Amino acid sequence: MAAIFKQRNIITGLVLLSLVFPFITQNEYYLHIMTLSFIWMIGVYGLNLLAGYTGYLSLAHAGFFAIGAYSLGILTVKAQLNFWLAFILACLITSFLGFLIGLIALRTKEHFFAIYTLCVGYIIYLVIDKWESLTEGVRGLIGIPAPSNIGPISFQTALSQYYLVLVILLLVILIVYRIVHSLTGRTYIAIRNSEDLAQTIGISTMKNKLTVFVLSTFFAGLAGALYASFVRFIGPDIGSTAITFDLLTYLLVGGLGTLSGPIIGTILIVWVSQQLQFLQDYRMLIFGPVLTLLIIFYPRGIVGAFTGWKHKYEDKRSKNKDIPNDSLVKSKKQVKEG
Amino acid sequence: MFLETKSLTKKFGGLFAVNSVDFSIEKGKINAIIGPNGAGKSTFFNLISGFHRPSSGAVIFKGKDITTLPSNKIAELGIARTFQTTNLFEQSTVLDNVIVGHRLRTKSNLLDAVLRTKRLKSEEKKCREKAIEVLDFVGLTHAAHKQAAGISQEEKKRVAFALALATNPEIVFLDEPAAGVNPDETEGLALLMEKMVQKGITVCLIEHKMQMIMKLADKIMVLNYGEKIAEGTPDEIKNNETVIKAYLGGSAIA
Repeated sequence: MAAIFKQRNIITGLVLLSLVFPFITQNEYYLHIMTLSFIWMIGVYGLNLLAGYTGYLSLAHAGFFAIGAYSLGILTVKAQLNFWLAFILACLITSFLGFLIGLIALRTKEHFFAIYTLCVGYIIYLVIDKWESLTEGVRGLIGIPAPSNIGPISFQTALSQYYLVLVILLLVILIVYRIVHSLTGRTYIAIRNSEDLAQTIGISTMKNKLTVFVLSTFFAGLAGALYASFVRFIGPDIGSTAITFDLLTYLLVGGLGTLSGPIIGTILIVWVSQQLQFLQDYRMLIFGPVLTLLIIFYPRGIVGAFTGWKHKYEDKRSKNKDIPNDSLVKSKKQVKEG
Repeated sequence: MFLETKSLTKKFGGLFAVNSVDFSIEKGKINAIIGPNGAGKSTFFNLISGFHRPSSGAVIFKGKDITTLPSNKIAELGIARTFQTTNLFEQSTVLDNVIVGHRLRTKSNLLDAVLRTKRLKSEEKKCREKAIEVLDFVGLTHAAHKQAAGISQEEKKRVAFALALATNPEIVFLDEPAAGVNPDETEGLALLMEKMVQKGITVCLIEHKMQMIMKLADKIMVLNYGEKIAEGTPDEIKNNETVIKAYLGGSAIA
């Protein structure tokens, strides 16, 4: 039981830390970086649900991110829609397109799925880049409004936007947590394990995969819409494959198929690359080898490696003591970790 | 008839993997399918469980034509199967692996999961209880909280049984359940199959271990090159010349 309380403490601590973060640092730039990190995290959680828990590596997520961002941008700048209406519509448009693409993409598996979605992502980028009458092409969309007021709450300052993004991120984490720790989550994990086996125990794999895919694109669209309203300017580059691989790097470093992986991976990579900015593009000379080593030795990322060590340690302890209850606690925890 | 196939045929290109096989499975008995390697036994299973669609012929379960149903619908009707190798989620416990087996009898969806509804909670409890029940049935209560990565080959076979049983099946198809386990463990698995039949579950298995089959099965079908060459009780099969020929080669006449 102590372990569970401890975990709860860690989560409460992290939430508190993120709440008081703006008061610890008065630096506006740091606040900006943190807000951006939170936005990326939302996208990474979407990717994690699909790639980590269901076993389908989508490389189109920057495309969906861009669809979310551009939907919001076009609806607010060109159609002059109310911000929050546009915001909700942006998420729905992304999910709907995700549904259509998922219907076809999910007929492929494994590498083929990855390659197929990579192409889809690139096509989305090209469409945004070339469809100038709608998206303004390479000039980009300028003057996207910040979130409009909800009652008395205004979102004009950097601080209030930080909190808005944080609240949405926490909601996303709660939703993902609940999904992963439910029968639905078990169903997804069963599909990841073996689709054949999942099907023989009566799981409709196509229906479940499509649901995850749509949900995953919903999160990507949500992150994109937040990005557009936060940065206020978007260009076609946000749909480029480089962004997909950024998201994927955050996820792989943090831990594929773990609940806290997206947070840890994103924070770590974003801050490290901030610190290494003086190296410019040579940063990749450091990231490349580190990432390769990580995937070879710790395929489940930092969080996966950490839980692995913890289990080994606990196994040793429980073997010494041989208390059956200990293993029960362990299994419960494992469920938590997904 | 409980479950029967009518001139079931599967062609892969020009090759007849299964060639117009008529077979009926009797309720409450242990039915076995034997045959040399490549005889089409696994393909036959795949046709019944909906993994492959037959080129022609039909599969009838309790009077209903299930030939074209997808495998998850077939599972819902009460037909379960195991594979030669079971891919378990290694980082999770045995119990966690089996819980999802009862998923097809539950209704909660994504929204239930996000909102943590009563239905989800009660169904989760139901699935957990079912998993504990079937693990007890296959004799794995002691291993329920072990990590799936750390259990023996024989225990893995039992987990596969448990997973199939968690779907509440009326009939279970077992693909080489005793492959890769030692003679003592084979004996234990045979006892388990008898226990399943006593519980009212019909068993149909593919197996290469003849001693076990001859002792266990009530009815045997022999496949060779996709065709049924014999069918009958173990004694009939033992003395069937075609069968002996198929196993030992053309020149051997016993």
